[in-house]
Amino acid sequence: MPNRREFLATAGLTASALALASRRLDAAETRSPILTPATEPDPAVKVLLLEALTAAKLAGASWADARVQRARRQNLGTREQQVTNVSDTDSIGCGVRVLVDGTWGFSATHSLTKEGVARAAKQAVALAKANRVARDRFVRLAPSEAHPNASWKSSYTIDPWSVPVEEKVALLFAANAAAQAVKNIRFVNSNLSFVKEERSYANSDGSMIAQDVVRSWVTMSVTAISDDRTEVATRGPEVIQPMGRGWEYVLENDIVTNAPIWAEQAREKLTARSVDVGRWDLILHPSQLFLTIHESIGHSTELDRAFGYEANLAGTSFLAPPMDVLGKLRLGPDHLTIRGDRSQPNGLATIGYDDDGVKPEEFDIIKNGIFWDYQTTREQAEWLRPWYEKNKMPVRSHGCSYAQGWSDVAFQRMPNVSIVPDQKVDRSLNDLVASTDKGIVMIGRASYSIDQQRYNGQFGAQVCYEVKGGKIIGQLKDVAYVMRTPDFWNSIDLIGGKSAYELGATFNDGKGQPGQSNAVSHGCPPCLFRNINVLNTGRAL
Amino acid sequence: MTTSRAAPESPKRLFALRDAERHGVLDEPVVLSRAECEDIVQRALKLSKADACRVSVGSTYQTNVRFADNQMSTSGISDDASITISPVFGKKRASVSTNDVSPEGLARAVAQAESLAKLAPDDPELMPELGPQEYQTIPAWFDSTAQLSADDRAKAALATLEPARRSKDFTVAGFIDCNASASAIGNSAGLFAYHRSTGANYTLTVRTTDGTGSGWVGADENDWNRIDFASVAERASAKARASRNPAAIEPGRYTVIFEPQAVVDLIGSVRGAMNARSADEGRSPFSKPGGGSKLNERILDSRVTLITDPADPQVLGSPFDAEGLPQSRQVWVENGVLKQLAYSRFWAQKQGKVATGGGGGGFGGGGGGSGLKMLGGDSSMEQLIAGTERAVLVTRLWYLRSIDNRTMVVTGLTRDGTFLVENGKVSRSIKNFRFNDSPLFLLNNLEAIGVAVRTGEGGSVVPALRSRDFNFTSLSDAV
Repeated sequence: MPNRREFLATAGLTASALALASRRLDAAETRSPILTPATEPDPAVKVLLLEALTAAKLAGASWADARVQRARRQNLGTREQQVTNVSDTDSIGCGVRVLVDGTWGFSATHSLTKEGVARAAKQAVALAKANRVARDRFVRLAPSEAHPNASWKSSYTIDPWSVPVEEKVALLFAANAAAQAVKNIRFVNSNLSFVKEERSYANSDGSMIAQDVVRSWVTMSVTAISDDRTEVATRGPEVIQPMGRGWEYVLENDIVTNAPIWAEQAREKLTARSVDVGRWDLILHPSQLFLTIHESIGHSTELDRAFGYEANLAGTSFLAPPMDVLGKLRLGPDHLTIRGDRSQPNGLATIGYDDDGVKPEEFDIIKNGIFWDYQTTREQAEWLRPWYEKNKMPVRSHGCSYAQGWSDVAFQRMPNVSIVPDQKVDRSLNDLVASTDKGIVMIGRASYSIDQQRYNGQFGAQVCYEVKGGKIIGQLKDVAYVMRTPDFWNSIDLIGGKSAYELGATFNDGKGQPGQSNAVSHGCPPCLFRNINVLNTGRAL
Repeated sequence: MTTSRAAPESPKRLFALRDAERHGVLDEPVVLSRAECEDIVQRALKLSKADACRVSVGSTYQTNVRFADNQMSTSGISDDASITISPVFGKKRASVSTNDVSPEGLARAVAQAESLAKLAPDDPELMPELGPQEYQTIPAWFDSTAQLSADDRAKAALATLEPARRSKDFTVAGFIDCNASASAIGNSAGLFAYHRSTGANYTLTVRTTDGTGSGWVGADENDWNRIDFASVAERASAKARASRNPAAIEPGRYTVIFEPQAVVDLIGSVRGAMNARSADEGRSPFSKPGGGSKLNERILDSRVTLITDPADPQVLGSPFDAEGLPQSRQVWVENGVLKQLAYSRFWAQKQGKVATGGGGGGFGGGGGGSGLKMLGGDSSMEQLIAGTERAVLVTRLWYLRSIDNRTMVVTGLTRDGTFLVENGKVSRSIKNFRFNDSPLFLLNNLEAIGVAVRTGEGGSVVPALRSRDFNFTSLSDAV
């Protein structure tokens, strides 16, 4: 086998100097060991993956998979004209998952040697064997096609690590200065976060897959303080949506030009009217609505939750038991369709192959207002066999298996879950405003909370505008809406069109024990909801 | 070092052979010893060409078992070691972390960190590295946890699963999580710190099969032997049974009895809000209107005392923070008076105060050290209930999110056992509520304080509390 030095070189660990190279805009020039789209796992990684699978089989596994994963993260933080954080982390290791007599076992190690991964495989088998005493139901995996020589790369053109840190910080400083130039702006924080994952996967079905994933996020928080120091108002920090793209995405968003706009919004909020409690029509911008989709529809349609697998922490689901609600429960009007999709361009959950080795597919979750399907993995697809057979649908995974890193076991995680825009009328946000007599436009995610079965949610926004007689008349503050999921989605009236469609996203969606973080996007146009309960959250000490 | 003993074809790894030896026995933990950490630190410092350099080493071995829907679900073992290099050139600094602990990996990380640091802008708030410090030894390591086998954990799970399967009344979901970890910090000014600890955490949710009841109980200890699995299962089952068929009562302001878990869920954030700089800058709950902080002012009920103390036998935290600053007992609030805010080394120097630490990478500070402890009274849970005319009894809270940093108002929900107390007795199960309220209001409206117990992950110690006028704003149908 190759020695570790060779392995590291080919796996790209020696490429750290890249981070220091000056930025070259020509994508072709930025190619390097870590920038080259993977065509298949590195030969040395392949050896380790096969070694792990062989060791698992020899130890008694009936099925096994192995993931060698390298995750690099970079975080740069500033406040006003000072740097607060410059950090890079790099973690690589191998996780081996096995089934023995229908019982799972998983073990992960940072020892990337043949001996190390074989040891992890044996430990995973030993763990599964130890847990057999407590097994009740036999785990069965839905069949999946093998992908013996597959690869995938997310749609970035400039690798964030190819841009020098001084250039990145200079951009943040320039944006901070632009915000600070606005009256009453006292504090500005801005951050850049980048993730780059090299995921190599093999399973005993014969799949061998290499994937290269990049995610980028720029955040900015602008705080205004009134002249008499009694009022504080903040816009941000999520002013730009994170995306499955590279440095080019950060540049496209032009935070230097936008910073004064965010700053003015914070300043205007200092004198905003405090909202009247009661029923309002709500026009929810994609930057706000995405998180409500995520919390109320995204999480409630995870099949493991419906079966109680997350009862001890993340919770269960109001969409249960499955056979009582599938095809029966109305979750919206006929013109509402919500889809799961891990192939959506630039989405954070977008991937070529999931961590069961499945090529994900697009699937309807809510079809013409009716609850139609759950998010599934290979283990879970079998649980819905009666539903799929009844509807002549194949019993196959939707490709929602995901592990956050090499040391974490794969389980069901959320795909991009998005609203299909109105196909007939291409309405803009302004069109929705014009259709509203008494309403509130809500922009940007703020406080968000929902119960463990995903019924009762409360959501705020960064900026709220009052709408009267079809026109925006000024900012409101202390606004939060409280909703009950089925009622809320049934109250959707107008759905915006394709031209107003945007992706909102989060880097950090928690689930599982031990906790794992998933990155996921949700697409939607602005939507108009009628007669929603609005709370005033203002309090004084 | 073990390198010279490695087989010829083996890669050059600092701990390859030691790893193999230790892994010979399943579940024997692999964490780095003081000598191993010292060796890594010295190697890294020797490689460093920076004006100053800090090296942090972390080593973890984690094992867990999950079960749910009366089935075993996933389980796992993982081992990892990471090194963080933070070099300084003049006023420039960056940090690079890697889990490649081979000599080559170490060299690469040092080189990369130095290159990054040279490109970083000056940090005008950069503080010099601390020199050698004295640390307390905190006995947070227990072999009973570190040496646990997969069979031990499976048996512990089975002890809950078997009765649940037999009863037909309950479905159980639980998580048993054990870890062993070591952390070390060394720097070019001669500081070296090492600490190792173990942790065992068991949480259990019992749901009634009719779907109307849910009960949760958690236990967190450094020593596995201190977790009473049978008691956790009994209490969670009793709670699930009692919580069936909840009635809806009107949202509004209620006297509440919070079990310790609900208390820590709500007041845990107070520790992070103690940041002195935010207070001085006018954007914290502890800022005085018009300027300055509320230090030495009465901010909470006079029975409230909040401390952090890593050496407290109920806490067993780390004796140092991420910069290597020794951590000792700190009194944040004493008898309701704000006595201390959290000062990073920079902000302390600027304001003429003593640094409290917990400042992370030294870039601004915050937080108040390990494990918040609220001193308790002597009322048992039964006594708190017996002395209550009408109140809502809350097991735990869920999905708390900040509404306003300056009042610490958060929203969230009750969960897994919410009851009405009437005339000194638990009278009925009630539906869960959403609330919009602040830990500062809860701790001002106090009526009675229970016994302080270790609660939740991370070594917090808090009592059960009874408090007036808690603001429940809507009902939730969630069970």
